[in-house]
Amino acid sequence: MTSYTFIVNGIERTIEGAPMERLLDALRERLHLIGTKEGCGEGECGACTVLLDGVPVLSCLVPLCQCEGRHVQTVEGIAGAARSFLDRFVDSGGVQCGACTPGIIVTAWALLNRHERPSRAEAQEALAGNLCRCTGYEGILRAICGGGDAP
Amino acid sequence: MVYSLFSVVSIIGASPRRPDGLAKVAGQTRYGDDLEFPGLWFGATLRSPLAHARIDGVGWRGGRAPENAVLVTAADLRALGASNGVQLLDDSWPILADGVAHHVGEAVALVAAPSRQAARAVLAEIDAEYTSLAPVLDLSEADRHPPLYALNLAAGDVEQAFAGADLVVCGEYRTGLQEHIYIECQAMTAWFDEHGTVHAVGSMQCPYYVHKAFTHALGLPDGKVRIAASAVGGGFGGKEDYPSMIGLHAALLARASGHPVRLAYDRHEDIVGTTKRHPSVIRHRTAVDRQGRLIAMDIDLVLDGGAYRTLSPVVLSRAILHATGPYRVPHVRVRGRVLRTNTPPNGAFRGFGVPQAAFAVERHMDAIADEVRLSPYQIRALNVVEPGDRLPTGQVLDDTTCARECLERAAARTRFEDRWRERRGVGISLYFHGCGFTGSGEQKMKSPVTARLLADGRIEILTAMTDMGQGCAIVFPQIAAEAARVEFDDIVFAPPDTALVPNSGPTVASRTTMIVGGLIDRVVRELREKVEKGTATFLRDSTNGDSPRFRDLARAYIDAHGPLEITVHHNPPAWQTFDETTYQGSAYPTYAWGCDVVEVDVDPDTYDVRARYALAVCDVGRAIHPTLCKGQIEGGTLQAIGFATIEEIKMEDGRYLNDRLATYLIPTIKDSPMIEVELLEKQFDGGPFGAKGIGELPMDGAAPAVVGAIENATGIAVDEIPATPERIFAAASRKSAG
Repeated sequence: MTSYTFIVNGIERTIEGAPMERLLDALRERLHLIGTKEGCGEGECGACTVLLDGVPVLSCLVPLCQCEGRHVQTVEGIAGAARSFLDRFVDSGGVQCGACTPGIIVTAWALLNRHERPSRAEAQEALAGNLCRCTGYEGILRAICGGGDAP
Repeated sequence: MVYSLFSVVSIIGASPRRPDGLAKVAGQTRYGDDLEFPGLWFGATLRSPLAHARIDGVGWRGGRAPENAVLVTAADLRALGASNGVQLLDDSWPILADGVAHHVGEAVALVAAPSRQAARAVLAEIDAEYTSLAPVLDLSEADRHPPLYALNLAAGDVEQAFAGADLVVCGEYRTGLQEHIYIECQAMTAWFDEHGTVHAVGSMQCPYYVHKAFTHALGLPDGKVRIAASAVGGGFGGKEDYPSMIGLHAALLARASGHPVRLAYDRHEDIVGTTKRHPSVIRHRTAVDRQGRLIAMDIDLVLDGGAYRTLSPVVLSRAILHATGPYRVPHVRVRGRVLRTNTPPNGAFRGFGVPQAAFAVERHMDAIADEVRLSPYQIRALNVVEPGDRLPTGQVLDDTTCARECLERAAARTRFEDRWRERRGVGISLYFHGCGFTGSGEQKMKSPVTARLLADGRIEILTAMTDMGQGCAIVFPQIAAEAARVEFDDIVFAPPDTALVPNSGPTVASRTTMIVGGLIDRVVRELREKVEKGTATFLRDSTNGDSPRFRDLARAYIDAHGPLEITVHHNPPAWQTFDETTYQGSAYPTYAWGCDVVEVDVDPDTYDVRARYALAVCDVGRAIHPTLCKGQIEGGTLQAIGFATIEEIKMEDGRYLNDRLATYLIPTIKDSPMIEVELLEKQFDGGPFGAKGIGELPMDGAAPAVVGAIENATGIAVDEIPATPERIFAAASRKSAG
């Protein structure tokens, strides 16, 4: 066991854990941040996406030993700042079952911080690693790219 | 229909915010594996590595149990007097393999320990010995054995029609296994309380299915079993049958350990362990006249059921009832059967047999069009059913039948005829889906829904339906508020927990909005009427012309008469009868209709297929919540495009080869075409505010349209999906070989 200290949603946390413990498990089981979901455990689905120093990463592939001193933001940490985006996301039909949603919110939020109004192609590029099985992605694109229905 | 006597703007057809939305986007919603319990243990499952094997022994290595661990095998079920079968239509699906394993991945033993890691570690302490037996893996071999189930459908005189036919067109069509890939894997937690009641909570579509499986297997009375759904992270049918299995596994471990026990599958185990869409082989032989009119269809429809029957009989039933497509055919013979193979059992998946049947008949219609030199649009326009036409069951189609309108609209909007002639890579499909349970299913269930007044004057509604994303959490309140003429805030819904709600049936079969929503409509109207009658004096005395708030009326009613609770049961109309022996009658109260146009690009060198555009024109009766209604159609359309292009499970010796998300691919946002949806609203009197069931409809249409588009782009007709580059290449090679 080693002690790792990093910032989670603005709060400094110290976790005793094995170096290769998944950040996903540390967040869910030790910090009770259950918003971060496991969809595949091997970096394919994007449900476990969090921001590491502002960059979207898959927390199922990030070991604790890479987190020392860094900033982790989960969906819980983003939700406060992203309120109007979250409203739009719900009202556009971007959320159905909600299991992929936290990962998509995190990825999309990082995109929106770079581009206020991304194009459909930019949004597709950014979200290429986030699988959704319910929406056909149209509601998600409406929420991110804004505007009405697709032309 | 004017219902909005008090409110100016109707809430039906608006798209108010779903109540579960903000919690979901903020990561606050608790799914099956997010719930916390004190003293929780975790389970793990030992699965057969062989497709068919005698189990010679299973137990702790060296005969010594590790500390803090329990083991459950089929022998323990016998010792408990438990019945080793998951009760669905029957109980032939073993909870744990007893003596013989019939497929790879079949559960042979269960362990539990105080943590996830410990459960995985003790699983490695189990030894099992097997003797391999000969498996049946091939459908043609399976067809030499008795089927798991067989059903036929007939109308007219097929032999005579073929004898006099101008032209006979034959074809064989195949579809493969499809995995649901709900993003939340299966998870269930079970425990026994101090009164001996067993509880289970987790991800499920049908709490009362799990309840029935528990009472049956554990020999407990109804009152000693309590099942509740957590938030459900997607279902698509995959959480119709299997939650009974994983729930029983958790319950057996809870009984053995004395702790609450959770089984939460990772993706790999979820793919290995749970049911899939049935592969199909469907042979069509069709008699047509010179103009291209359908005279007779002779269809042989085979589904691969896997090792156990699960829900296959009803999947087969729906498949044969949709096998002739939305077309006028005077003479019909459909022979359907589900065959048994030593592969993991297949079960419920959105569409329930129809996507397979629709792929075959729609591709066959394109083949017929080619023979009689019509376009895919023209062959459909010539044969499409109209109101008043009869289906092979004898059912006369009602006046909401609008397949032609869907076809005309989709073709016009996409300039299909021009683009098809220009070979732009366009395909079209016409499809329909029976709403609600098949045949006498709804008559037998007589689903109850309850409404009651709470002390504060709100209305509480009790149903067993779960929101797995489709949105009954908002559609039901919309129906209730409009029908009772109250505000949204005046309605509360009880959670789907068998201790609280009546058995209003499973959340399946495109029945939730139409059937259960219809019951909500009825029960709140009755409730409102009773409250108004019981408060006539109060109304006269205490108001000065203003309409009183419902809550005030309700409280006055309770003061005067005491509590009020009403339960209504679903009674299908008298005309809706179905004979399950002859397969004649009205198999469904009504049908939803749809037409898809899909455009694809096919790489001429690699045969890589990319869908660039899809239009779905769907009749939904009435869109209660248009945003969610379109969302169902957008999502279903993409699932069907995945089914047509990339979703495939390869097998070797009865084992799935690509049993993880790195190798079983579903469409990403970059694979996804632009999807447009156009809703038609042919209101159906039997549904709330005219609504039909639409959850499965969009899964039926896109696959044949994709493959038709590939043919239009390349001239290569593929008869098997997914239409991978390998299959397109093989079809091209066959074609050039003549």
